[in-house]
Amino acid sequence: MSKPYNHTKATMALAKASFRSIMRSPSAVVFTLAFPLVFILVFGFLGKGGIKVDLAIAPGSDLHNPIMVALEENPVVHLIRDKDAAEIKTDLEKGSIDGLIHVKKNAAEKPAYLAKVEYTSASIDKGNVLKSVIHNLMYNLNSKDMMPTVAELNESTVQGRIYRTIDFILPGQLGFSLLSTGVFGTAFVFFNLRQTLVIKRFFATPVRKSSIVFGEGIARIGFALLGAIFIIMIGHFFFHFTLVNGAITVINMLILAIIGLIVFMGFGFVVSGIAKSESTIPPISNIITLPQFLLSGTFFSIDAFPEWLQPISRALPLTYLNDAMRKVAFEGAGLWDVKHQILIMIVWGIGIYALAVKVFKWE
Amino acid sequence: MDNTNAIISVKNLVKKYDDFTAVQGISFDVYENEIFGLLGPNGAGKTTTLEIIETLRGKTSGEILVDGYDVDKEANKIKRIIGVQLQAAGYYPNLNLVELMELFSGLYGVDINPMEMLEKVNLQDKAKAKYKALSGGQKQRFSIATTLINAPKIIFLDEPTTGLDPQARRNLWDLIIEIRKNGTTVVITTHYMDEAEQLCDRVAFVERGEIIALDTPDNLIDQLINTGFERKKEVKKANLEDVFIQLTGKEWREDN
Repeated sequence: MSKPYNHTKATMALAKASFRSIMRSPSAVVFTLAFPLVFILVFGFLGKGGIKVDLAIAPGSDLHNPIMVALEENPVVHLIRDKDAAEIKTDLEKGSIDGLIHVKKNAAEKPAYLAKVEYTSASIDKGNVLKSVIHNLMYNLNSKDMMPTVAELNESTVQGRIYRTIDFILPGQLGFSLLSTGVFGTAFVFFNLRQTLVIKRFFATPVRKSSIVFGEGIARIGFALLGAIFIIMIGHFFFHFTLVNGAITVINMLILAIIGLIVFMGFGFVVSGIAKSESTIPPISNIITLPQFLLSGTFFSIDAFPEWLQPISRALPLTYLNDAMRKVAFEGAGLWDVKHQILIMIVWGIGIYALAVKVFKWE
Repeated sequence: MDNTNAIISVKNLVKKYDDFTAVQGISFDVYENEIFGLLGPNGAGKTTTLEIIETLRGKTSGEILVDGYDVDKEANKIKRIIGVQLQAAGYYPNLNLVELMELFSGLYGVDINPMEMLEKVNLQDKAKAKYKALSGGQKQRFSIATTLINAPKIIFLDEPTTGLDPQARRNLWDLIIEIRKNGTTVVITTHYMDEAEQLCDRVAFVERGEIIALDTPDNLIDQLINTGFERKKEVKKANLEDVFIQLTGKEWREDN
């Protein structure tokens, strides 16, 4: 009784307990680590190849000519030989082959060869790539020995940073991982602690309500940051995820992660307050997380969405977290450069916590 | 108990909910270092009364002092000198008993040795077990251990023996008597009259939010006998529970 009660000690005891509990909870580990990691692995391996078009060589085609040599050297074209005409026809119809080429020696003097190319309506996108590859290739072959009559074209590419699929996917997955651990984790923990009277027992001790909230928050942030570091390291060392300024970039990303997580935990508090039973938590949480998962640029850039959808995307907090993460990681932006995104997240945070204070229930 | 210093004093306590009155003006004192029983049917207002004294619930009117502190003004001081066992409290998920003890020592702001606390309730062998994995009696013993962390002056036990087998129940009685021997005042609710008779120095009967009788078990029984009451069947020197204990042993069992 002589010592004054130590609120920091109580908060840290709660944080420690909560952190231990989270580490042993399979669902938290799956949502925060395994789930994003699977996507990163899938896209990491997918992203390595780049675009390939399958071009079949018609049976009976001439194989020893400059056109074939040029096609073989082209990195985009994948030549398919040894298939008979019937197989090629069905593959073209299915779109598993993007085009068919038949080259023969010209009976007439000029041109030396005649090339016939068939595309398929089943693979229009790749067909167009193939078309421009072949046009380009033909132009080069035909103009090899000629002086240009109008202008000579000289092309070169600036060597910049290579923007890989992982550079887009990883920040999105990180953002989504924070969203799900923030919403699901917080909602379940507070609902269960309330339901099983754990919180009531806490109230019989001198602990403050704010200590309970902060203790939980510290544990969840600590856990999410460990997860974020793990994801970033896997991405960086195995899939060459770009970290422009190295450690500083990582620190900036972690600061963004904390801001994002605090906002998302606000959603979790709201869900735990309005859920009537444990089984209503997942649907309510999904209403919050799924639209953001799909519309916030987790997998595709929101520029690719139809125009009427884009304003919705631009209203969601995860959009700004993803956006800021990508700018920081790939463009090397500092936190001040993404102040616009941070500001919108803070506005969301203020709104959601105002709501949380209204609907959150302790008992 | 000769000592009659009131450590808890309840005066005209009233608790109203929207449509009914759970507690209607009850008054009683609990003396220092006694075991005080609140008895009565379900819904009589026992738990509500306890939770108001424990500062977990607000009251409509009345005055309550716990060791001189007013529940309205000094709830936090009261919380530091009492230990509370709730009827159906859960514990933080995924933690073992030692970790839960560490958590509570942080919540109470005291330094304790978790193993020593577990030894007090004979749970040292379960130190690494999760609360969920404990048997009913072990759960209650653990709950009581958490109430002892802050070396409280008073502990409140709400139906600690409900659902336990005879051995576990007797073990818990021994534990409660031991706690009182160390100078702690105990307030207990129960549905078992044999338990109240064995344990309690004084009991209060609560019915529909009112106290209808308050005295030592002995006096209450004598008063009833004086009205001419007689049991229909002559009581033998032992009952079936004694047979149960004799047959299955009184020892602490692994599973109780």
